[in-house]
Amino acid sequence: MTNHWVDIRNANVILSMGGNSAEAHPVGFRWVIHAKERSKAILISVDPRYNRTTAVSDIHAWLRTGTDIVWLGGLISYLIENELYNRDYVLAYTDAPLIVREGFDFEDGLFSGYNPDNRTYDRSTWNFELDENGFARTDPTLQHPRCVFQLLRQHYSRYTVEQVENITGMPRKKVLQIWDVIAQTAAPDKTMTILYALGWTQHTVGSQMIRAGAMVQLLLGNMGMPGGGVNALRGHSNIQGLTDIGLLSNLLPGYMNLPSANLQTYQDYMRTRIKQPLLEGEVSYWKFYERFFVSMMKEWYGDVATAENDWCYDWLPKLSAPLYDILYAINQMVRGEMTGAFCQGFNILAAFPNKAKVTEGLSKLKWLVVMDPLKVETGEFWQNHGEFHPVDPSQIATEVFRLPTTCFAEDDGSITNSSRWLQWHHKAAPPPGESRTDTEILAQVMLRIKRLYEEEGGAFPEPILNLAWNYTNPAYPSSEELAKEYNGRALVDLTDPQGNVIRRAGEQLDDFSQLREDGTTACGCWIYSGAFTEKGNMMDRRDNSDPYDVGMTLGWAWAWPMNRRLLYNRASARPDGTPWSQDKAFIWWNGSRWVGADVPDFAVTSPPSEGVGPFILTQTGRGQLFASEWLNEGPFPEHYEPMESPIDRNPLSPDNPLAFHNPIARVFDEDKDDFGSNKEFPYAATTYRLTEHFHFWTTHARLNAIAQPEKFIEISEQLAGELGIAVGERVRVRSKRGYMDAVAVVTKRMVPLEIDGRTVHQIGIPLHWGFKGVARKAHLTNTLTPFVGDGNTQTPEFKSFLVNLEKL
Amino acid sequence: MSVRVSRRNFLKLGAAGLGASSMAMMGFAPDQALASVRHFKLSGATMTRNVCTYCSVGCGMLLYARGDGGANVIDNIYHVEGDPDHPVSRGSLCPRGAGVLDFIHSPSRVKYPEVREPNTNEWKRISWDEAFDRIARHMKDDRDRNFQTHDDQGRLVNRWMTTSMVAASACTNETAYLTQKITRALGILTLDNQARV
Repeated sequence: MTNHWVDIRNANVILSMGGNSAEAHPVGFRWVIHAKERSKAILISVDPRYNRTTAVSDIHAWLRTGTDIVWLGGLISYLIENELYNRDYVLAYTDAPLIVREGFDFEDGLFSGYNPDNRTYDRSTWNFELDENGFARTDPTLQHPRCVFQLLRQHYSRYTVEQVENITGMPRKKVLQIWDVIAQTAAPDKTMTILYALGWTQHTVGSQMIRAGAMVQLLLGNMGMPGGGVNALRGHSNIQGLTDIGLLSNLLPGYMNLPSANLQTYQDYMRTRIKQPLLEGEVSYWKFYERFFVSMMKEWYGDVATAENDWCYDWLPKLSAPLYDILYAINQMVRGEMTGAFCQGFNILAAFPNKAKVTEGLSKLKWLVVMDPLKVETGEFWQNHGEFHPVDPSQIATEVFRLPTTCFAEDDGSITNSSRWLQWHHKAAPPPGESRTDTEILAQVMLRIKRLYEEEGGAFPEPILNLAWNYTNPAYPSSEELAKEYNGRALVDLTDPQGNVIRRAGEQLDDFSQLREDGTTACGCWIYSGAFTEKGNMMDRRDNSDPYDVGMTLGWAWAWPMNRRLLYNRASARPDGTPWSQDKAFIWWNGSRWVGADVPDFAVTSPPSEGVGPFILTQTGRGQLFASEWLNEGPFPEHYEPMESPIDRNPLSPDNPLAFHNPIARVFDEDKDDFGSNKEFPYAATTYRLTEHFHFWTTHARLNAIAQPEKFIEISEQLAGELGIAVGERVRVRSKRGYMDAVAVVTKRMVPLEIDGRTVHQIGIPLHWGFKGVARKAHLTNTLTPFVGDGNTQTPEFKSFLVNLEKL
Repeated sequence: MSVRVSRRNFLKLGAAGLGASSMAMMGFAPDQALASVRHFKLSGATMTRNVCTYCSVGCGMLLYARGDGGANVIDNIYHVEGDPDHPVSRGSLCPRGAGVLDFIHSPSRVKYPEVREPNTNEWKRISWDEAFDRIARHMKDDRDRNFQTHDDQGRLVNRWMTTSMVAASACTNETAYLTQKITRALGILTLDNQARV
């Protein structure tokens, strides 16, 4: 979330799209209701289903799954053509006036630079035109034909309201009614917040859907504002933290990147990572990348990491592909290229797409380690569970270890919620049996591996033997020790430019502004610096006072970065430093510094007269309507059909088959024949969760199993009528990859949509229930889902695929 | 002979003119009335502040356990409440969070390290030492056999591509940080988490 849960109460309009927070985040949703009660906020629900958020909305509309970019692109065009955007904000705080270099083009559904042979783009034309000093040229009148504003306008001129109706299935009258409400938040005293979740991420164009939402918010001037922002409601309790710490194939802590193999030297690496300003005088905070990186390497390798050996840069593994994500990992298993796998609290057999393929992959491993508090499906992928999992154990040679771990109640430490708050929790009781914490298990394994390398030697042992391990009990690093380590400390007496000592050697750092690139500081995760300082554990703070009455509890827990609760909050003031409106006053210039309800996301003494942009992390200091080279499909979001589409063309580019689906979507050779056509599988399916369950965990908890005991699907009365299915009858849902059985819920909540000249039925499938636990046994939903992911993140396309349906 | 007096009658007796304290002094100690049993359910419990690990709202939770943490005392979490001080949840819990006792005490909890040997159809209980030793041995053997110092273009890559890891969405930042540090030192690149499912 750019903003946070309580801040939702400051919104005037709430757009729930690509998510269903009343169902999935019910307690956070209280702030939506609070906004409705407190300031008569209007809740808009746009979703393939009439869901629990819809039930309390003021306006709602159905749209076809996977078509959000069409709807948002149409909205962008509507705002521009009717001059309903916040012009002052767009001019001062976005890249709208910047001029894009010649050669950038968009034709017939594809941007310039596409190579159909390897399905990638040469992105070199997706950049700004630079002057002799290396700064981007601008046109403050927004008239230059190649300025971002005009290119944006031109791009979305194709997204007419007629086309929106044709592709999404939403009647144009309804479309315009909703857009009109949204456009009213361009006023300086009104804000809209966008709440989204996996309904935007789990598509082959998921990243671009989110970007389209962010662009709408920039045009309306809602970024950096209380009650505004683009708010990802994360699905799990600490994937925010795991992502912050970089537990993804290509990341290091704090959104630093692991180097690719073409960056052979430290200097090459730094040249690509250090981002200099593209407009004169801007901050471009990534210019300090070296401080973050060197401090991390000093924390990991201590005295061994020196300037002479480039801080052990050669020891870091290097990538030869953009990502080695979960789909890649399973595909490598199927190819017989993988030996072992660790599943740390992640039930991959249930959670990954195409269960048959995951089973095949796991069956080809030599060994598998499952660390989990529960007896989950993954650990028993080799066992025959009848019709729900028909395998033959005697044919599966994988050696499987099942290690009992503690759950949250039996461990202490911090987790990071969707608001970026690191909240510390305490152990309440010992775990059952011989369960141990994940930390201890990892430490024990690592210490043994280290001992084996000491005794036997072996492949490239240096990083293992030299890994800093300064824990009181080496077999059990404590949570406090690890938290102090990611916060960072001074390795020598640190002085300010006047020579005053600001931190003594060995002391914890106050925040990342104290980091150095010369090896005199150590810090495991720069954005978490400030979480555990000399003042103690900031994550364990419990002061819930809200002195400005805007929902800011700066003394509760600790938020990254720098305990800021609202990102880009400098943009809550006009360029001259005064609030956009007194109703929305949040951060302002008092004549000598920035003050207000939050920690300013800005240099506190940088006066408005210097004109520094509010988006201090971007190279332009501005919000980016034009994504340059940052995303793989193009600098503007473009609609492409899901890999399995209920229609036969992309109505926006009807004559170009290359632009039917996401042109850069990665499909492995092994999966080419595993996509179904709408002739054989005519219905568009989408998956979702229920308020009574959490994934596959709560099927092990009796209360939840009682509340929602059995697998069901939702279908419309019209489809049920066509197929002769009555409420409560059992049905079989089949995709190209397999089938599952469920009870049919026939409901008015689902409706058929008219799409591009045909009727499209949608089917809703909850993701819960499996063949373990205390709820009624069922096929795993991911038996059905396709093995393809988003063009940037490879997040699987769980939200849009094709099925057929039969009565049992 | 003992006289049984319920709390309600006891108070009535007091109101009738005789001081309640003097009644007690006379040996008429009251039994507990049913209406106050809930009050005593949590007395003597150890309260611990926690955070729900289902969704990402991060609701404050108060866990109540028996036992004082001493040796030979079995602690057991037997009650959960929303934390009324929490600025987001303000004491609320949803149907998942409110049912968390059944997760903590689920009959599906794994209690001991186990192994399923190749091609067999059963779990076998093993010791932690055996589990750690066997896993470490597997990892080192695979790493030694398949570690790549250079890729097919001759570039230095120093990576171990034949073992993968997925990390847990409900584990702490501290565990996550240790996971990051260890996997990269080993050279593991095939690493992911629930952020993408």
